[in-house]
Amino acid sequence: MSAPTTALRTGRDPYHIGHAPAAGVPEYTGHGAGGPAPKRIVVGYGFWIFILSDVILFSCFFATYTVLIHARNGGPGPQEIFDLHGTALETACLLLSSFACGLTSLAVARRNLLWSEIFLAVTGLLGAAFIGLEVHEFYGLVARGDGPTRSAFLTSFFALVGCHGAHVTAGLLWLGTMMAQFPAKGFKASIRHRYLCFSLFWHALDIIWIGIFTVVYLIGKITP
Amino acid sequence: MSSNREDFDEFDLGSHVGEEHVAGEAPPGARHPTLGSELRSYIIGLALAAALTAASFWSLDEHVIYGPGIVMALIVFGLAQVGVHLVFFLHLTTSPDNTNNALALAFGVLIVSLVFFGSIWVMSHMNQNMMPARALLEMRGG
Repeated sequence: MSAPTTALRTGRDPYHIGHAPAAGVPEYTGHGAGGPAPKRIVVGYGFWIFILSDVILFSCFFATYTVLIHARNGGPGPQEIFDLHGTALETACLLLSSFACGLTSLAVARRNLLWSEIFLAVTGLLGAAFIGLEVHEFYGLVARGDGPTRSAFLTSFFALVGCHGAHVTAGLLWLGTMMAQFPAKGFKASIRHRYLCFSLFWHALDIIWIGIFTVVYLIGKITP
Repeated sequence: MSSNREDFDEFDLGSHVGEEHVAGEAPPGARHPTLGSELRSYIIGLALAAALTAASFWSLDEHVIYGPGIVMALIVFGLAQVGVHLVFFLHLTTSPDNTNNALALAFGVLIVSLVFFGSIWVMSHMNQNMMPARALLEMRGG
């Protein structure tokens, strides 16, 4: 007898270690046995597809940066323009912001308005600090004449990191919308699904940033 | 039966973290993880991610890792941290509800690899096969 069939008979989920469904909770088999998937699962799946398409967009920018890293037209290279202290600070801001977003999820699941708003505010402030640091870095580069028009390398750098920054900025607007909608509309299903998409988006942006600080900043710093 | 499933909340890709905890709304007999156990997942994720980030920045120091191996170490630390984020923050698991998400992720990884490594591969070959303009002129003149 195969493991899944045995598990169905005994009512245990073989794929979800430590989380056997309790009595009264329908079995999730992934094969339609429990009826149509709940809307939360469908919404999460759809938004996950969007996030993956966004990651593919970013992979094009990553490829461009890696290909053009030596195309400097006499301008500065990564070793001259990157300040890793700033990068480390940005990384800390975004990681803690992602953590605060997780805490928000726990508060929203408990329909606790006060803690939802507090953790959303922390998430947003850390995200805003990240954007502030990034704008500061960009401003310094442009002021020194090392803007995106200086060389193909700098064009690809501003395009990749700027695209991520634009995503975070859009995420901050979304976050503000959620902070307004929780008190105004309550924790009804449509708002919770909207928050689910926001949390997926915010965590995904942190994953993109891992690629950026690794490929752009750290590997850039050791590329002559 | 399936209407019960709508009462459950998960703000990630679908583990049992973040399940509904409002009294009277959960299905009878449903076993809920405590706040502590849910919080622990995020704290473990934060600690692992912070450690891997620190390792990435630290490995730039030439005395820590053999010079030519630094790039590979950075890539390994980066991929490990992506894994940590997927498991502890997005809660991508192998549960049946997550099968479609995991399959979509696998397809995304395939496309990203093709775009990223394919571009590097093609462009490095092109750079090798294209003679610099100056060398071309010298060859013609001589």
